[in-house]
Amino acid sequence: MIDKNVASCAEAVSDVFDGATIMIGGFGDPGVPGRLVEALREQGATDLCIIHNGAGGGDFSLGGLIQDGRVRKLVASFPSGTGSTAFRERYLSGDIELELVPQGTLSERIRAAGAGIGGFYTPTGVGTRLAEGKETRIINGREYVLELPLHADFAFIKAHRGDRLGNLIYRLAMRNFNPIMATAGKQVIAEIEELVPVGELPLEEIHTPGIFIDRMVEVPRLPQLFAPPKRGAAT
Amino acid sequence: MTLTRNGIAYRVSLDLPKGGYVNLGIGIPTLIPNFLPEDTDISIHSENGILGVGPMAEPGTEDPDLVNATKEFVTLNPGATIFDHALSFTMIRGGHITHAVMGAIEVAANGDLANWSAPGEKVPGVGGAMDLAFGVQHLYIAMTHVTSKGAPKILNACRCPLTAPRCVQRIYTDMAVMDITPEGMMLREYAPGLDPEAVQEKTEPRLLVADDCRPMEIPERVNGVRLVAETAAS
Repeated sequence: MIDKNVASCAEAVSDVFDGATIMIGGFGDPGVPGRLVEALREQGATDLCIIHNGAGGGDFSLGGLIQDGRVRKLVASFPSGTGSTAFRERYLSGDIELELVPQGTLSERIRAAGAGIGGFYTPTGVGTRLAEGKETRIINGREYVLELPLHADFAFIKAHRGDRLGNLIYRLAMRNFNPIMATAGKQVIAEIEELVPVGELPLEEIHTPGIFIDRMVEVPRLPQLFAPPKRGAAT
Repeated sequence: MTLTRNGIAYRVSLDLPKGGYVNLGIGIPTLIPNFLPEDTDISIHSENGILGVGPMAEPGTEDPDLVNATKEFVTLNPGATIFDHALSFTMIRGGHITHAVMGAIEVAANGDLANWSAPGEKVPGVGGAMDLAFGVQHLYIAMTHVTSKGAPKILNACRCPLTAPRCVQRIYTDMAVMDITPEGMMLREYAPGLDPEAVQEKTEPRLLVADDCRPMEIPERVNGVRLVAETAAS
């Protein structure tokens, strides 16, 4: 019987290796698999390349991983949030590499990787600093820039409900990058808030079919996490 | 007289059509929903995968899974939909979003926009600004006419790194409404009490003056919010 559920976050991230490329889902706080990233901090893998929209916040989760000096490179669209203090410090001291990617190009590069696409031409960035040195092509009279897929050794994602087959449903705006990252990692690890029996998820409402998920861990949402969070929280 | 930040937002709101799909950037554009009529059926889009964003959440009612693109806690309007980032940027890049309203650091006479990398900014961040500037049907800029030091922001050519070339259609400021046309930058309206010469003084490129150029019709207040500044423009 297939059961992708594992007992702990530590077990879920145990095979992450030094030098790995890891996608981390989420936008702002919603949809960030924070407990998986905290388990990775404990686990110790270093020299990591992280793909995430922002640069984390404070000293928890991705912010903590960066603060610990474990991230060699960040691929992001908006690492400049005021809460991203750890990234700011290490970037200004030259201790972390940044690949800045427009947000739509970031999501499409991830989607392309997951869909087996070898690259795509987008108008976004043509004539700007972010397209310098890239191949361009005129298609139907408009100039486009070639962007390549973004693959990862691991994708850490978060969902609201899931079953042992890995079928997932996201709640509200926690969806963001999670469904596309689920298609693009070689090993996809999901942090889910509630594990339910197979057949309980309404089949037409499943956002990520289980085929994309390798393992998952149930991390019930703590009541205090559901309380009104403070404004201007981490990016 | 010049417009307040609310006044600029109000003036933009008059030009957003019923049934539009609109993405609003940070700053002055976030004030626009306060002035949209109730029956407008405009859907506000947020890059993180929401169409139909409602008002900001009241303190104590925030849902931790519901933020907008600037990470503020929001609500949803009836009929709102939620989707992933790839579909969200399909709406943007594919030209389905009818309007985007953004702030700017600089706009050039040919419609070039610079609004992602300010002088002296140490950590770069672009977010969804480039995708929006390249992708939406109509790109409007809502900003103050000059910098806090009084220097023009509407220039012959941008000095800051470009967000996108030749993308801006219309600029709304505290002094004027201007269109980017093939012939050059065209002054359409000026704030009450100003005249085209006063706008030109604060604008680097030579302005063309539309045949029907006129003072803005703008109330002093709407719902108790002041739209026209109390002090005269210097």
